[in-house]
Amino acid sequence: MEAFVHIWEPVRLTLELAAVTTLALIVVATPLAWWLARSRAPWKEVVAAVVSLPIVLPPTVLGFYLLIALGPGGPGGAVASLWGARTLAFSFSGLVIGSMIASMPFVVQPIRNSFAAVGDRPLEVAATLRASPSRAFWTVALPLASPGLLTGAVLGFAHTVGEFGVVLMIGGNIPGRTRVMSTAIYDSVETMQWREANILAGGMVVFAFAVIFSMILIEKRFARVRA
Amino acid sequence: MWKLGPLSLTGGIMFRTFSMSVLAGVLAAFAAPALAGQTNVAVAANFTEPAKDIAALFKQKTGDEAVLSFGASGPFFAQIAHDAPFQVFLSADEQRPKAAVEQGYAVKGSEFTYAIGKLVLWSKVLDVTDGEKALKRGAFSKLSIANPAAAPYGTAAVETMKALGVYDALESKIVQGNNIAQAFQFVDTRNAEVGFVALSELYGVADGTRWLVPQDLHAPIRQDAVLLKKGENGEASKAFLEFLKGPEARAVIEKFGYGLD
Repeated sequence: MEAFVHIWEPVRLTLELAAVTTLALIVVATPLAWWLARSRAPWKEVVAAVVSLPIVLPPTVLGFYLLIALGPGGPGGAVASLWGARTLAFSFSGLVIGSMIASMPFVVQPIRNSFAAVGDRPLEVAATLRASPSRAFWTVALPLASPGLLTGAVLGFAHTVGEFGVVLMIGGNIPGRTRVMSTAIYDSVETMQWREANILAGGMVVFAFAVIFSMILIEKRFARVRA
Repeated sequence: MWKLGPLSLTGGIMFRTFSMSVLAGVLAAFAAPALAGQTNVAVAANFTEPAKDIAALFKQKTGDEAVLSFGASGPFFAQIAHDAPFQVFLSADEQRPKAAVEQGYAVKGSEFTYAIGKLVLWSKVLDVTDGEKALKRGAFSKLSIANPAAAPYGTAAVETMKALGVYDALESKIVQGNNIAQAFQFVDTRNAEVGFVALSELYGVADGTRWLVPQDLHAPIRQDAVLLKKGENGEASKAFLEFLKGPEARAVIEKFGYGLD
């Protein structure tokens, strides 16, 4: 029973973290992706490149800068002081912020692509039918781009579950609060608890397979709809 | 046109010189093991700086080269068990060299303690000059230590708190770095007000206040070296281990804040 709690707790925390992160990412990434797809600003690709940086940066590097940013000397510490804390590191909200930054490119990119694929025409048609720009966005662009949103959400969720370096750097490995699956696996391997490591890693492999497989099915299905 | 001639000629010579030196390098790389002038050493990350100094002195004295790889002892052990090309292993603990001997990856009887880690309570926010008092007061929200399950310095930190009778009171404030370097980062970035770090990490660091933990509060943090099976017949590997026991190396080890047997 105790072993079960030991394994279940990081799993529960991971799912919670991934769910909250994904929801927050959809809210933030959708308008950003819309702007990236529609704007004519010449410097928008600079923004696009910055958003993609977490793909290239080693997670420990990203995590180290997050540690500084979330800490007493950075903006995170200023926010934390609102409720009397010193730092956002070592907390669930800190993990959400870190995971959002690390997973952002995986959510923005597919949504941007699907907005771009919608193109000008449906929106122009909506405008001639006197739909306001915001109505056209909610009733035309967003539904047409829903495959991209779904792909972005699945990838964001999956990447947050698998994220390791950033969480390791800013989490502090606190049981029940910041010890997620990936750090728990690493811990078990470091301390040669192979059984626990195998159970967790096995679960992750099954999960990863399910994600990738469902992505393929989603894409196939929408390809058929379009054809 | 006339200018291009000499230029391209120089280019050609340079290219040739370059390829010759590459060739020489490749040959040297193949020749080195045969001459036994080289040893590949897996070094625990916390010993990085002293190991570099020691390797430089070793080369000065013997002409042999110690090629150093730095990393965590756990993964090193796994790599050694899977035929990694190391001849010497400087671990951060005494268990792994012992296990390497028991499992047949290292030469029996070659293991010895090359350094004894010293634990320090360190803070950039509070005054911890009297560490015992600071720990008993507990006027901080986060205390950083290395993961006690994986790192000897973490185990020693927990032992220290238990010996002082403050562990139960402080347990909820503990944040764990995956290794001692990360425990240091948490304090260095002030995310944790206090933390247990290695004295060697504070070499050249003037910031903050510190308390050297009395050695009787925890079991000694012995870091052991061992000659691996791949170095059994290598003269340079054996010479390096002998050098590590000698006075020049010991002076370096002490300078960086380690104890000695």
